[in-house]
Amino acid sequence: MYRYVLKRVLLVIPTLVGAAALVFLLMRLIPGDICVVRLGSGGGSFDPRAIAACHAELGMDRSVVVQFIDFVWGFCRLDFGTSMWSGKPVTTEILARLPISLEIAVLATVVAISIAIPLGAISALKQNTWLDVAVRVFAIGGIATPSFWLGIVSILLVLDVTSAITGAPWMPPIDYVPIWQDPIRNLSMAFLPAVTVGYRYAAVSMRMTRSAMLEVMREDYIRTARAKGLINKLIINRHALKNALLPVVTLIGIEFAFLIGGLVVTEQVFNLNGVGRLFVQAVQNQDYTLTQALVMLTVTVFVLTNLVVDLLYAWLDPRIRFA
Amino acid sequence: MRSYTLPAAAFAATLAVTSGLPAWTADTPKRGGVLTYMIPADAPPSLDGHREGTYATIHSVAPFYSVLMRVDPADPADTTRFVCDLCLAIPTPTDDGKTYAFKIREGVTFQDGTALTAADVAASWHEIIFPRKGVLSARQNWYSMVDSVEAPDPTTVVFKLKFATTVFLPALADPYGFIYEKQILNKDPHWYEMHVMGSGPFRFVSYEIGQSIKGERNPNYYLKGLPYLDGFVGIYAPKQAVRVDAIRADRAAIEFRGLPPSARDELKESLGDRLTVQESDWNCGNLITPNARRKPFDDVRVRKALLLAIDQWDGAPALSKIANVRTVGGIVFPGSPLAATKAELQTMAGFWPDIDKSRAEARRLLHEAGADGLTFELLNRNVDQPYKFVGTWLIDQWSKIGVTATQKVVPTGPWFAAMRGGDFDVVVEANCNSIVNPVLDTQKYLPHDIFVENYGYYTDPVEADIYQKMLHETDPLKQRILMRAYERQIVDVEAHEFPMLWWNRIMTYRSYVKGWKIGPSHYINQDLATIWLDK
Repeated sequence: MYRYVLKRVLLVIPTLVGAAALVFLLMRLIPGDICVVRLGSGGGSFDPRAIAACHAELGMDRSVVVQFIDFVWGFCRLDFGTSMWSGKPVTTEILARLPISLEIAVLATVVAISIAIPLGAISALKQNTWLDVAVRVFAIGGIATPSFWLGIVSILLVLDVTSAITGAPWMPPIDYVPIWQDPIRNLSMAFLPAVTVGYRYAAVSMRMTRSAMLEVMREDYIRTARAKGLINKLIINRHALKNALLPVVTLIGIEFAFLIGGLVVTEQVFNLNGVGRLFVQAVQNQDYTLTQALVMLTVTVFVLTNLVVDLLYAWLDPRIRFA
Repeated sequence: MRSYTLPAAAFAATLAVTSGLPAWTADTPKRGGVLTYMIPADAPPSLDGHREGTYATIHSVAPFYSVLMRVDPADPADTTRFVCDLCLAIPTPTDDGKTYAFKIREGVTFQDGTALTAADVAASWHEIIFPRKGVLSARQNWYSMVDSVEAPDPTTVVFKLKFATTVFLPALADPYGFIYEKQILNKDPHWYEMHVMGSGPFRFVSYEIGQSIKGERNPNYYLKGLPYLDGFVGIYAPKQAVRVDAIRADRAAIEFRGLPPSARDELKESLGDRLTVQESDWNCGNLITPNARRKPFDDVRVRKALLLAIDQWDGAPALSKIANVRTVGGIVFPGSPLAATKAELQTMAGFWPDIDKSRAEARRLLHEAGADGLTFELLNRNVDQPYKFVGTWLIDQWSKIGVTATQKVVPTGPWFAAMRGGDFDVVVEANCNSIVNPVLDTQKYLPHDIFVENYGYYTDPVEADIYQKMLHETDPLKQRILMRAYERQIVDVEAHEFPMLWWNRIMTYRSYVKGWKIGPSHYINQDLATIWLDK
């Protein structure tokens, strides 16, 4: 097991280095100039001397090679520098947005797991009954409906319903307050995005749970367990569900990693000042350092999540760790 | 320039200074309450108004700062009227119009308790006009006429100009011209990028990056009785749908940029008289720029044909229903004394009242230039209002003379890159300014060899010569004549660039917000001092 863990941890390093080089090069292929965007996006005329001063201030007058060496050296020291847009340390920019993204990701995962695993299992166990059909329709609806659209509709629905009932339209707060400062305000802001994102997430996981359960339930060892006279509840919980969860855990891990930085549109719809929105701003503003750091953050989250998933795999299935 | 110092203007300035209270409010203002408004942008790059060009900076920090002079908050729509903020009176220039000596208000303090003196005003303006090495000043080129800024004593600031010009005073009313503390600037000229220390109507409380900014009433504010509000919260909300929903649900009362007609109508239907709407021509307009370095756009006949095909008179009422554009105008903001009248406009190509005649001439010119069936790409910016609406409408207009244009919409960065690299056929640009200062506002039209951020890539010594004369002309009537000649040279004679419909600023907000008047720019009148809540 230790050898397996060490092998998996060492694999993380080349993945991160490769991603760093790729993002550095790709960012410089996008046409545009952060200084021009900064000074000219309002539509007014700007002073060319200010552009030159801006280039010098951001170190853009240095050669690309020097910039790359600087980036790699900073990366090795876990120093991602300062945002070219705001001049603030990249870590400050990201840390300011991370709590809301993490909160939505965690809440959406809780919503997804609470829906997906029981419903997926029930759907498989009641295959081809009306219950199975209903769950499948619910799941397909979740997959087919973009969460941002669902978000827009849910806000409008809340506005219209509250307007019809009370005469005064209501919507969730549009400014974030940490949960420890005002839990009610925080949760009323996070509830709708968590549910809309969690629904799609649940739908995908639900289908995976169902198909995995169906496959496992046809395995020989399940038949053996039945032949031994084990009660059905024990067969499902101890033998079937645990094995069926292997691919579901992978999926949940990947989806969770995606949610940190991947909720680009949802964050905009609900005015959440999260990592996804920051990502879009950074690319639009052509803020190389911030984009690079965000890509590295996302890659790191993905890599670490996959690492955790692989380790969970090994724990769930002894054949993997002994292979 | 004398018009800015007419007795009436001086009287109004004095009244505002002495009473502190705006005389124009019909209702009796109520004190108290916290205004929640939305800033329709992501977090600004920095909080330093001297270095930034985005309204996100103004909307975030203007309430914390004083300026030397400004548009009249009681009548921001008047493009020629300016009043004092920190100055006591707008001076009459001496030395043949080349010296302006401002007397500065006494007893003003910064938030940290330091007294504000003329030295702070001079240091702030010095940093804007003559930034030291490594310091960025976004509008330095507005002040090319300034020779020196000095504070000979604690209550006097003297601006000495290289030449007399009418553009100086409006430029001095720039809403970004925040007055900073000299000792802080001396220690670190970058300090204001991330910190706030002003003497405006509100004191800084907190700033959450990309989330919100908060202020509270400055009890030591020099205009006694102001501000009315206890404080404010500005929430960053870049998505229009969020802003519309937030006003509807009263999560926020107002946003200070403007919403499109569809949002106005939706909110009005939903809120009825709980919503107030103010509209104004906006000192922003799109302009269409052919690339004179590319064939066939180096041929004036082709450029002029494209201009003649456009029917702005017919397009304005239709487009104004769906996009935030409204008024047909030339290169000068329609509310300005230097703007062309309708009769003057109608003598220029692109504004003829008879569109059939105009398009017949367009076809003739295209044929003469050997450009029948012209096909080209129209570069546009990935911004809905009103860029994409205007672009789509133009394609239809050009199709009426047999020209086929395809629209290429790209994000802001690549859009600028294509323009600055000359990699386009024809582009939809914008010219968006704050204070209406027509001579400076129209420098965008100067030939590329003089103004490098002109993307038409043409040279035109005639046009450049007229501009220089206009810049130095101090007689308003003669300056107006020169402006007509400048406009005619750009639009009618050479068709270098085509000014499109001027934008329409539509402000929709909760009716309990009182004491705020719309102006022709979302950059001006943003210190919130006169706003009160009728709740």
